[in-house]
Amino acid sequence: MISTRVKDRLATAVLWLSGLTILAILAAFLIRILGQGLPVLNWSFLTSKPRAMLPGGGIAPELFNTFYITGLSLLFSLPVGVGAGIYLAEYARPGRMTELLRLSVETLASVPSIVLGLFGMIIFVNRLGWGFTILGGALSLALLNLPVLVRVTEEAIRDVPQSYREGSLALGATRWQTIARTVLPTALPGILTGVSLVAGRAMGETAILIYTAGVTVSRHLPDFSLFAAGETLATRIWYVKSEGIVPDADAIASGSSALLVLVVLLFNLLLTVPLYVWQRNKGGGTH
Amino acid sequence: MTRARVSDRIAGYLLWVSAVAVTVVIAAILIFVGSEGLLTFLDVDPMAFFFNPVWDPPAGEYGALPFFIGSVAATLIALLTGAPLGLAGAIFMAKISPGWMRAVLRQASNLFVGIPSVVYGYIGLTILVPWVRETFGGQGYGVLVAGLILGIMILPTIMNTAEDAIRAVPDSLEEGSLGLGATRWQTIWNVVVPAAKPRILAGVILAFARAFGETTAVQMVIGNSPRVLESLTTGTATLTSQIIMEMGQTPPGSTWNRALFMMAFGLLLNSVLMILLVRWVSSRGVAR
Repeated sequence: MISTRVKDRLATAVLWLSGLTILAILAAFLIRILGQGLPVLNWSFLTSKPRAMLPGGGIAPELFNTFYITGLSLLFSLPVGVGAGIYLAEYARPGRMTELLRLSVETLASVPSIVLGLFGMIIFVNRLGWGFTILGGALSLALLNLPVLVRVTEEAIRDVPQSYREGSLALGATRWQTIARTVLPTALPGILTGVSLVAGRAMGETAILIYTAGVTVSRHLPDFSLFAAGETLATRIWYVKSEGIVPDADAIASGSSALLVLVVLLFNLLLTVPLYVWQRNKGGGTH
Repeated sequence: MTRARVSDRIAGYLLWVSAVAVTVVIAAILIFVGSEGLLTFLDVDPMAFFFNPVWDPPAGEYGALPFFIGSVAATLIALLTGAPLGLAGAIFMAKISPGWMRAVLRQASNLFVGIPSVVYGYIGLTILVPWVRETFGGQGYGVLVAGLILGIMILPTIMNTAEDAIRAVPDSLEEGSLGLGATRWQTIWNVVVPAAKPRILAGVILAFARAFGETTAVQMVIGNSPRVLESLTTGTATLTSQIIMEMGQTPPGSTWNRALFMMAFGLLLNSVLMILLVRWVSSRGVAR
């Protein structure tokens, strides 16, 4: 029989090992992604158009579409998501209606992205007859962002101390004035962290976009038309590795993977670092 | 009424509309996907859809059993690998790790979330599939690789929820146990983890839902052959992988197309079920 003390040591060792294993897996992934992909990233890869059959094509339209579709999807989902989050945090009273709203948010958050894609396909591609479009893709993608935005907004607003609201209301502000001028600005860092999370997820999404935005790109670059087809970096990787016949599929997939991961990381840094600095500088100062 | 009061009313109303919009969206998804899917049963016997092991639409065989089995098998492998590792990581972060290491692991968890699923699939395809082929034989493609990739993809879900759950356990419980002379591990395993169990379980269920619905990463490594699971390392298919493979080739309104929508409706019902299960598990935790 092993003494409890030895067991304790052993467990500690195993837990350390687990933590290190998790880090090792991540390191292996990143080294592989960047190691294979970075050598592919050169100016012509980043700025030229893709080719269907010949090697040497680039990913410029896909890179543009990745940002464009993600931006549009945020434009559509932010007002509704933040609005619903404010409602749940500030207005909703306990009861059946609120219970239903919460259940809706939680369920929407757990709907597989392929199902959101099929829903978008029924509505935008078939019923409205748009075909594969950037607009249809962005609207479908907005459904993925929505529940996350609701949740982070609600949490960020709940974290605002009650005294802030009381102070504002005591000065004669209406409820909405209190929310817009006091509560929201205080909750903003939390909401923006959520936005960066959502944007990162949207940029890497594939299953929603394959049957809504399609796997082809416009002949024009950049094409801001909402009704052009909009393959993104992520769907490009999927397409060349599962259906495409382009001979340098591996180079394209490696390069795009590295680029995509870098873009998501940079985006997170761009949002979180200024926030961190801002919060430090703010440090309880006046508005 | 003053202007401030009018805008107060309007704002309150608009916020309510935004919240209700979420309910409208989820209802619309259920209705549209459900009605499209259920039309399958005009042409296909429900028993055959769920229990026929043959999927051969051109020949009129619409048995989705292979895909249900494939999805469940891949998800179970994901839980068997991802859940213990994630839980151990969470315990480590909450109770053992020095502060700097905790910060590193938290960043790592964020990075795992930041890697897109198609990149997970691509890595599975280029590293794990050849490795499994050489190590275990077979084609390499199959539920084993899909499950391992999914296991890594659910790590952050499990780690974050389990760490929160463990941190939420009152210190007094732990101090009581340590005070009685229990070692740190005895305290963690016999006091802290059981107290955190409902919320840990809720995280595992959410991870299950996520793995079950994951599409591109699975489709790239599963082999995409619509046959009932033969071994862990031969090609098969899941609900999600089959939908993404065939949706583009089937005309809207055909039985084939509807059968794919019925599979999507199955995925949808599964996620509703998982959310209800999470709520039930969490409410039991509070009651105790």
